Amino acid sequence: MMNEHWTERLSEYVDGELAHDELVACEAHLAACAECRAVTEDLRAVARTAAALPADDPATDLWPGILSTITPEASVIPITRRRPWYSSVPGLAAAAAIIAVLSGGSVWLAMRSNTSLPAPAAVVATAPQPSTTLAPAAARAEATYDAAVNDLRKVLDAGRGRLDSTTVRVLERNLAIIDSAVADAQRAVARDPQNAYLNAYLARTMRRKVDLLRQAVSIARAET
Amino acid sequence: MTTPTRGARALKRIPARQRSDSDAVEVALATSGDTRAFERLYRSHVGRIHALTRRMLSPDEADDATQDVFIRAWQKLESFRGESAFGTWLHKIAVNVCLGRRAQLGQARARYHADDAPLETVAHPHTGGALDRVDFETALERLPDGARQVFVLHDVEGYRHEEIAEMLGTVTGTSKSQLHRARMALRQHLER
Repeated sequence: MMNEHWTERLSEYVDGELAHDELVACEAHLAACAECRAVTEDLRAVARTAAALPADDPATDLWPGILSTITPEASVIPITRRRPWYSSVPGLAAAAAIIAVLSGGSVWLAMRSNTSLPAPAAVVATAPQPSTTLAPAAARAEATYDAAVNDLRKVLDAGRGRLDSTTVRVLERNLAIIDSAVADAQRAVARDPQNAYLNAYLARTMRRKVDLLRQAVSIARAET
Repeated sequence: MTTPTRGARALKRIPARQRSDSDAVEVALATSGDTRAFERLYRSHVGRIHALTRRMLSPDEADDATQDVFIRAWQKLESFRGESAFGTWLHKIAVNVCLGRRAQLGQARARYHADDAPLETVAHPHTGGALDRVDFETALERLPDGARQVFVLHDVEGYRHEEIAEMLGTVTGTSKSQLHRARMALRQHLER
């Protein structure tokens, strides 16, 4: 027979939220009540159906509207106004530019299959493109990546006293995130050295570090 | 058998580790002002954010609310500390946008505490034929705001009652009650 009290508690039963004594009593009721057992199965089915509902993309692309709002000046990325990291520390900016060129050059060299020396300026102006055949190159990139990170950290340490705490925190966080991603990729490559996807991912992650540095150079140049 | 707490269920569709690694890099770039990186985050997450806003609000409001979510996320990127996955952080912004819109319309709290909300309008007699997901979604749209939002947050998105109560400014008992009412209404729209 239906019992109003337990009918109202069946969702909690389904979700495992009843206290032990209530659970025992509820299960005793269910053992004797086919109608409540049927309701219980329905509630479980509703929860399962809800959990399986898919994501759905909007019918129209919303990105242009978002982009026009976050960058009202059109196509120019307004990073100079968003993150004037080095606006008050031109010396640090210059150092960052040098590090960016050197780091970019190092990673660029490591990611290329040939060893011809590109001009540093070209490295800054033209980011290297990821490749799907980067296993040897990615291995060389690993060897030079730590040096690039260390160089950047030296610059940060030297200029830390002249940077506001928010700037340092944001930068440190970004570095930690990227380094973490690189470390994960390195571990994955170590387990599966011939995996082209993993090698490409590792190289791509390193390239993003170069991109980040390149943006820092752009900021510094815009602010000095 | 009980249903375990699910956490952020919507995040399951892409392997968590892979998405987290990829997002971390994109977030780092976007925080530095790179709109291309932010666009990649948008492409990666728009589907589930749009689904959330549609279910929490209405199909008519979903596009505008989704845009609002990503604009707010861009504006708040500096406050993202990486303590949770980017998708989880973005998801909370989306929930706040939805709840804020309802509050602006003066509908939120009244609906959460209304016991006379017309749940019966959801319940079209089940004729015994198979009902597809579209029917289920349509029935979901017909739920009163309070029951629908609790249902979406708990059963679709995987939030716990304690989290829902905090978001909605109510108590867990109300959240549990609304969830049960929603499920009881929707059970008539199951595929059989």
